[in-house]
Amino acid sequence: MYSFEPSDEQKMLVDAIKRYSTSNLRPAAHDADEEGQYSLDLIEKGWELGFLQASIPETYGGFGERSAVTGVLAAEELSWGDLAGAMAVLTPGLFALPILLAGSEEQKLKFLPPIVEGEWKPNTAAFLEPHYDFDPYELKTVALENDGGYILNGEKTYVPYAKEADVMVVYARLGDKTQGFIVPNKAAGLTIGEHQKLLGIHALPVYPIKLENVQIPKEDCISGQEGQNFRYILSALRIAIAAMALGVSRAAYEYSRDYAKEREVFGVKVAQKQAIAFMLAEMATEIEAIRLLTWEAAWMMDQGKEEADKQAYLAQVGAADMAMMVTDRAVQILGGHGYIREHPVELWMRNGRGFATLTGLTMV
Amino acid sequence: MIEFEVPKPIAQQSYVLKTVAENMMRPLSRKFDENEHDVPWDYINFMHMAMRATGAGSLAPSNGEPKMGPDGKPRPRIGYQLLAFMLEILSWGDVGMYLVTPGGGLGAAAVEATGTPEQKAKFLARFKTEKPVFAAMAMTEPQCGSDTSAIRTRAVLDRATNEWILNGEKIFVTGGHMSLDLSEGFVVIWATIDPSAGRAGMRPFVVEAGTPGVKVTKIEPKMGIRASDTASIVLQDCRVPFDNILGSPEVVVEKTTTGFKGAMATFDATRPLVAATAIGVARATLELLKEMLSQQGVTIRYGLPCQKMSYVEREVINMEIMLRSAWLLVIKAVWMADNRQPNSMESSMAKVRAGDVVTRITQKAVEIMGPLGYSREYLLEKWFRDAKISDIYEGTGQINRLVVARHILGYSGRDLR
Repeated sequence: MYSFEPSDEQKMLVDAIKRYSTSNLRPAAHDADEEGQYSLDLIEKGWELGFLQASIPETYGGFGERSAVTGVLAAEELSWGDLAGAMAVLTPGLFALPILLAGSEEQKLKFLPPIVEGEWKPNTAAFLEPHYDFDPYELKTVALENDGGYILNGEKTYVPYAKEADVMVVYARLGDKTQGFIVPNKAAGLTIGEHQKLLGIHALPVYPIKLENVQIPKEDCISGQEGQNFRYILSALRIAIAAMALGVSRAAYEYSRDYAKEREVFGVKVAQKQAIAFMLAEMATEIEAIRLLTWEAAWMMDQGKEEADKQAYLAQVGAADMAMMVTDRAVQILGGHGYIREHPVELWMRNGRGFATLTGLTMV
Repeated sequence: MIEFEVPKPIAQQSYVLKTVAENMMRPLSRKFDENEHDVPWDYINFMHMAMRATGAGSLAPSNGEPKMGPDGKPRPRIGYQLLAFMLEILSWGDVGMYLVTPGGGLGAAAVEATGTPEQKAKFLARFKTEKPVFAAMAMTEPQCGSDTSAIRTRAVLDRATNEWILNGEKIFVTGGHMSLDLSEGFVVIWATIDPSAGRAGMRPFVVEAGTPGVKVTKIEPKMGIRASDTASIVLQDCRVPFDNILGSPEVVVEKTTTGFKGAMATFDATRPLVAATAIGVARATLELLKEMLSQQGVTIRYGLPCQKMSYVEREVINMEIMLRSAWLLVIKAVWMADNRQPNSMESSMAKVRAGDVVTRITQKAVEIMGPLGYSREYLLEKWFRDAKISDIYEGTGQINRLVVARHILGYSGRDLR
């Protein structure tokens, strides 16, 4: 069967997130971007929505079951509020979800319950690396087997909340595979650099880290029944960033549409001019099309379909292009006013360019 | 629930139709493209027999009550979804030949959308008879296409004989020749009963084959879809019975836009189906492109960052994204039709995107394959030619953008021209 209606539970979740986005994220987003941070209080409120906790099964202290489709719905609604805020709230998932998806039973039982039961604690993951052609399958951070454990060497970049985390997942190349390791942020040989300044998402603190002969005991290599399935983790990262792109794009489209209906030019509303009306029509169509592509990829992941990984990749690439197009047009539609940091569209455009690069900064 | 499982009846249908497309259409594509006025009767007769055997009449899904499932609950309607998948596969085979599939096409769809139960029974019965029958819809005139309210074909009521007298000229009628000359079909002629009333004067009239005063005067030479005839039709004092005006008698009352709205309702139903045909051509092109590239030693590596991809890989990946997302828009639009949800915006979105996508994919494919893409030895150049009409007929990409824009802005036709 085809069906495009979220379930009642999903609708309730989306509504709750929408309220948080509207009442908490939106009013704070502008200043948060200017100042480079969100208040802990506000992030806690988002954490209390319980979305990540609801993705983790009861066996590991949670109260739900992870569904990529639900994750996509939630991520769109959160990022519609603000991308940096959404990523901040979801940072603990960067640590928890790889363990849930690919960890051993011991690892899941050890690490997941404290995350679920506790307050928001930004344990995180180090994924991206500072070279222009970053490739998740050819990482330059390397793990070598050593004395029953591993030694890690390399450089990571854009690690959300690295300074504030206690422990993080670090992805490295082990042989010819990509492998995740659980690494305490105070591990010997691990240095955390200065807070990085980016084009967008200023309110999400990110840091570079260096690993010099960091020793990892065997039990902290994330491994499931037959070794880690990084493909699944990567697909989950991709689907999450695609969903975030939908939220930001929808925000930009709605804002510029509403502006165009109010603003007057040559005796009519700007929206009554075909050039602008067609831009908006194309933006709406693009968002709807990429949303369906993303939903389908998420559904395939939940169903365990073979094509899921490829479709998650296509969704991420498509969403990145969509977000750039939509957010750019939103600024254009607002004209000079769009260029001023008082309207949110220039922030959304700076964030919009990020989706081509920021796979790894969020997970659902 | 959010679900993307292809329903079993559709999967079964697709399996059969793929065989038809591969065996009965593809081997003949080049022949009917190069011999524009030949008619693919083998394909036509086969499809007619097959549709009769399955009990299907016209291609339009009926608007009857849903069937009951074994558990006593009504089965979900999938009529429009079935149709979308069918049209996509047949067009994947050969879109020109798909257009000469018997069963009524747009003409039957117009009757479905605007006719009374008696009219539906009267006009649609012919599609279930022994011979293949065609129907067409005639709207465009030499001086107007997108602006349908500017049509000049006139219908005047002769109260003495209770007949309509039609006068005018229609052009670009898909299947006009098949409908009027080569089968016992009909054409739905849109005419005005009151030129001063604009849209409010428009009405659809069924003109059956053999009616004196209606004549196909020209069959156009086209860039693509050459297996399908595109006809000019002249009506000269063409008389049709009073009851051939589609819709209930109240429809005859002057100055109502029911007629125009009927046209728009037809288009809401058929627009995503035309989008589906565009997707079929696009998919055929993408698949052949990948196959030809692979023969040249070029494989597409999914999952790479863009910096490591070749230009060709990036283009193919873009094509996959465009194709899949456009197809999902079509499915959503027809799913909404099946679920009786108003889908005018989604239909137009599907048409906008499908037109863009098939244009882009076919044009890029010919470019990428260089001398092989440009040659008539391979089907890529044919599909490039077949594709272009998809963004033009059944509402241009620009008109459909206008429709989408009006929906998202809450504007009427007067607010946004």
